[in-house]
Amino acid sequence: MSPEVLEAMLPIMTEVFGNPSSIHHYGQAARAKLDDARRHVAAMLHCSDSEIVFTSGGTESDNLAILGIGGHVITTTIEHPAVLASAGQLSVTEVPVDRTGIVDPDAIRAAIRPDTKLISVMHVNNELGTIQPCEEIGRIAREAGVAFHSDGIQAAGKVPVDVRAMHADIYAISGHKIYAPKGTGALFIRKGVHLRPQMHGGTHESRLRAGTQNVAGAVALGAAAQWINQHAAAEWPVLAQLRDRLEQGILTRVADTHVNAQGSPRTPNVTNIRFDGIDSEALLIALDLRGFAVSAGSACSSGKQDPSPVLIAIGLTREQAKSSIRFSLGRSNDSAQVDALIDAVAESVAHLRKLAPAYA
Amino acid sequence: MSGGVDSSVVAGMLRARGENVVGLTMQLWNQRRLPELVPEGGSTGRCCSLDDVYDARHVAQILDIPYYVVNFEDRFEAQVVKPFVDEYLAGRTPIPCTLCNNFIKFDQFLDMAAGVGADRIATGHYAQITWNADTGRWEMRRSADRTKDQTYFLFGLRQEQLARTMFPLGAMEKTAVRELARELGIPTAAKPDSQEICFVPNGDYAAFIDAYFKEQGIATSETQGELVTADGRVVGGHSGVHHFTVGQRRGLGVAAGEPLYVISTEPASKRVVIGRNEALLRATMTVTDVNWISVASPAEPIRAEVKIRNKHQAAPATITPTADPSRVEIFFDEPQRAVTPGQGAVFYSGELVLGGGWIV
Repeated sequence: MSPEVLEAMLPIMTEVFGNPSSIHHYGQAARAKLDDARRHVAAMLHCSDSEIVFTSGGTESDNLAILGIGGHVITTTIEHPAVLASAGQLSVTEVPVDRTGIVDPDAIRAAIRPDTKLISVMHVNNELGTIQPCEEIGRIAREAGVAFHSDGIQAAGKVPVDVRAMHADIYAISGHKIYAPKGTGALFIRKGVHLRPQMHGGTHESRLRAGTQNVAGAVALGAAAQWINQHAAAEWPVLAQLRDRLEQGILTRVADTHVNAQGSPRTPNVTNIRFDGIDSEALLIALDLRGFAVSAGSACSSGKQDPSPVLIAIGLTREQAKSSIRFSLGRSNDSAQVDALIDAVAESVAHLRKLAPAYA
Repeated sequence: MSGGVDSSVVAGMLRARGENVVGLTMQLWNQRRLPELVPEGGSTGRCCSLDDVYDARHVAQILDIPYYVVNFEDRFEAQVVKPFVDEYLAGRTPIPCTLCNNFIKFDQFLDMAAGVGADRIATGHYAQITWNADTGRWEMRRSADRTKDQTYFLFGLRQEQLARTMFPLGAMEKTAVRELARELGIPTAAKPDSQEICFVPNGDYAAFIDAYFKEQGIATSETQGELVTADGRVVGGHSGVHHFTVGQRRGLGVAAGEPLYVISTEPASKRVVIGRNEALLRATMTVTDVNWISVASPAEPIRAEVKIRNKHQAAPATITPTADPSRVEIFFDEPQRAVTPGQGAVFYSGELVLGGGWIV
């Protein structure tokens, strides 16, 4: 969590403790904070504040978006499990993606059926950082009279987000990807788009999400959005430089390494690198023991045996997928840390390859 | 770290000694497979269940050591589960624990440990390893607690594996291990000991094989056949050769005036031969894939005590080398009951484990 987010949410837990649905002045004070937060989130997505529903996070937002529309859904093979598992409850077409890690809008168009109600394509892929052509896909959906949902959980704060420009009808974000706490999120629902609620109870959040709001969480999300609205664009080139330094350092120092989906448009914070002959599980642990936290596949899938479905979906072999590591950079990282990471990767990979006589 | 008391105490002992300890749990088998084996009211599986991982992680947290779950499910199925099933179908009685030691724990797991930077692995096995400077060999001895001795399952360990392995519990009584667990504050101090075959719930290996066949789409009817006497007289039918092991009395379904036992199984004809107890006695056997531990491969016949299954009392015998250095002939002083193909034969000289191999 960033300090300004913590600072914004702490008083909500002590002083502004009212229930925002209550009529009394405690309730009104909480309602004011909630409304402020909603405005900041709306400003981040370039929509109206009445189009924002607070949720418990990205997974709930994606579930509400997809199950709330229903019908035949078109999505892609590189989506997060929150989307794929929700769409799996319905009639679904998963459009494949090639080695670029970018969805082909024409393939989406070709998959539209008379009963198609929703197209759900992520804005940014969580493992590769690839930016999807959402404006074009949104236009295709609009022309076909099909609702368009985009999972923007890895996009918010990393690339400009304009839900109007991409013709999105629904757009999901998560708090903990933008320095707000886990358990916070939101969903943009364009005015006029009707969703069936997935939580039943009171009339909170425009009757779309029953349950007393997590005011502190929403305020934190608002503060995180406010920071993004003011500062994020200046941060992106800095992050991109660090990311390029990391990629170049590793590719130069370590033989037989490849950046997955390298040439594609990508967010500045993520790189996914493949180390031939290396078991990513061993490399991940070796790096963690040296103080560097990286991941192999999405954290939501850890403990699973199968290699990353995203990497398989973009055409990597099982072995290649199991030798890939995702490095994510953030606000607190600097070039000295990146250089230390390059050293650690070079040494760990050399050690692992020395132990594996099969590696030629 | 299995989540059990033994490996937890090992971690605690080494930590207390000031060693730089990393906890690893092997995920070997997906308990959600073969759900028909799980009785109503929940799982009885002791291997790789979420509860065990939870326990192991909890212990690691209490000991304040880095901890990781490493996934070896692919290798475990290929090197342990499939051979286990195949051996039964080939009329032999396998020992999956030995296969796991040879191909997983002291192979892939050792590699993983080395890969993440560990010099040695320590496990909760009850056996003792010592270096003999005179012979230049690592020696293995039975554990101090003879009721827990696991050397029967460890005969496949080679010198380079022993050099990188520690068995800190080998010199301890189990009661002392539990006592130490309490002193170290390990929450699993009173957890029951694990069962013999970790991936087979309730020890019902035949039900496991049937369920595995079903999952793999193999018809179990292919293993059905006849029960015959030694002189070839058909006395009944059976539901699959994998339901029988040499020396077995129960489940034959044949009424006779005297106790009858399985003498052998013949997978080619799918016949199970039954007969009287005396027919089970044998004084000689051939052992293959012999691994010598505490002594070098002998050029001349040597005297030893030979153990032919885990619960067997090692019996005096002469071990005679053959032209093939990986094969020996065993001549027992007294005939032994139920020499079973597929089981291990482990050679002892008092406490010392000389070596061992597989009964042909």
